[in-house]
Amino acid sequence: MNNKVQNNRAWLLVLPMLVLVAFSALIPLMTVVNYSVQDVLGPNARFFTGTEWFESILNDSALRAAFVRQILFSLTILAIQVPLGIGIALIMPKRGWQASAVLILITLPLLIPWNVVGSIWQIFTRGDIGLMGWGLREIGINYNITRNAGDAWATIILMDVWHWTPLVAMLCYSGLRSIPEAYYQAARIDRASKWAVFRYIQLPKLTNVLVIAVLLRFMHSFMIYAEPFVLTGGGPGSSTTFLSQSLATMAIGQQDLGPSAAFSIIYFLVILLVSWVFYTTIMHMQKDKNPHGGA
Amino acid sequence: MYHLENSQQGEKYNTIFSKTTPAQRRRRNARSRWRSRALLGLYLFLMILPIYWLINMSLQTNSEILGSMTLWPQNLTFDNYIGIFTNSSWYMGYVNSMLYVAMNMFITICVALPAAYAFSRYRFIGDKHLFFWLLTNLMAPPAVFLLPYFQLYYSVGLFDTHIAVALAHCLFNIPLAIWILEGFMSSVPKEIDETAYIDGYSFPRFFIKIFIPMIRSGIGVTLFFLFMFSWVELLLARTLTATSAQPIGMIMTRTSTASGIDWGTLAAAGVLTIVPGILVVYFVRNHIAKGFALGRT
Repeated sequence: MNNKVQNNRAWLLVLPMLVLVAFSALIPLMTVVNYSVQDVLGPNARFFTGTEWFESILNDSALRAAFVRQILFSLTILAIQVPLGIGIALIMPKRGWQASAVLILITLPLLIPWNVVGSIWQIFTRGDIGLMGWGLREIGINYNITRNAGDAWATIILMDVWHWTPLVAMLCYSGLRSIPEAYYQAARIDRASKWAVFRYIQLPKLTNVLVIAVLLRFMHSFMIYAEPFVLTGGGPGSSTTFLSQSLATMAIGQQDLGPSAAFSIIYFLVILLVSWVFYTTIMHMQKDKNPHGGA
Repeated sequence: MYHLENSQQGEKYNTIFSKTTPAQRRRRNARSRWRSRALLGLYLFLMILPIYWLINMSLQTNSEILGSMTLWPQNLTFDNYIGIFTNSSWYMGYVNSMLYVAMNMFITICVALPAAYAFSRYRFIGDKHLFFWLLTNLMAPPAVFLLPYFQLYYSVGLFDTHIAVALAHCLFNIPLAIWILEGFMSSVPKEIDETAYIDGYSFPRFFIKIFIPMIRSGIGVTLFFLFMFSWVELLLARTLTATSAQPIGMIMTRTSTASGIDWGTLAAAGVLTIVPGILVVYFVRNHIAKGFALGRT
């Protein structure tokens, strides 16, 4: 990584990619910025509004509630998925046909289109035809995700854990596999306990992949849209309406171009900021520990 | 537990230092292995359950689904699947999805390979900023881009075509591909490039003849991820299509009509969306773990 050659002609190699990404990212983003500072009343009637839309978005109590809900959701699923993913990675078979079979089975939920994930869980949790909804009712639990906000929340979190824990598990699994056998032998000679092996050999090796896992999971959970939309439709009431859904309703449903554009920009910046702060903090921590190390 | 070939050696040390006898230790190891097997089995069982339920429903008639609670189909029927495969408005949804996913994979890998090579081998003006900017595209919520995309593709006349969805999915797939490929490429020693150049290889010839075969498995894994993210994304795909390029996920919503929901067909369509993923993951099963770590372990 450190012995790269200085060569500005490398730009030529990057250029085709840059053109494409600019077309699919920069132009739309400029449109959003453009809308966020204007009030569009018609093809020839647009007025510059400055920061008015941003102020109205920041003062919108429904959006603030959605934001708090979103943060709660992301933190909850991270708190469940990261330990669970590590645990599963530790007990996955390391070789042979069983390893392949478990790998394929575990990745299964990741390959299902997101709205089908929503459909699967909607069916699964229905009281009349779903195994889980029916089973819970049979053992006497009053479970109803269309009426009870708590049930809806629990189901969405369960769905997300089901859907995305495999990603964390796979990341940790590959991290564990890259540990040389000699480390374990040394630990055995020292008669290290299982916990010590985990704490001083496995966990340090997992840091890099865990950073990726937390970043990816945070980003994806913060953008979650299709699954809760299909499962609960944001209800009951607005108890499971997350940011993406609020934005889609505002932009497509109500066609409020100005406010939704301002909302988009704030939304995007929040994700960027959190990811950046997290990433730089971790990298600094690693640098303090190991001056030659890096990602 | 971690390996078999070295356990003899370990046993020797253990008998010197340990108070427990080898037999006790072996028994304890066996017990902990069974415990972890059981835990893993439990997790896999719970994980498969919702998918099993979907398959179960897809093999039943609607009256059986809505009638009594049955844990497996009493009267096995394939009518739901036959219905999908004989109705072009249904199976065209799969064709549409496959088409734009394939286009996206092709476009992405073509532009990502040289770019990833540049990032992994050279320093150039603004490289770090460019790389960071690329990654920010991974963080952009698709919902943010819904409206501008619709307007952009409508104005250039690409609305409701496969290429529109393929291009839109480049937004997150190109950064992802570059990120994964860069990891795999950086693990190839730089000396190989230098030797090839000394031997008189030109860059394009070296890249295609030597370098690409060396990172074959990395490219395979990258293609798997491109497939995965393009296949599962539906918010953008839905917004950019109307009738002629509609993805299967959108056609599925048609099952709910005024007379109720056609559960059997919905379940069968859902099962069919899982099948391509299983096929693809089977091909890359030996490299997939490394791929999930984006080539960085």
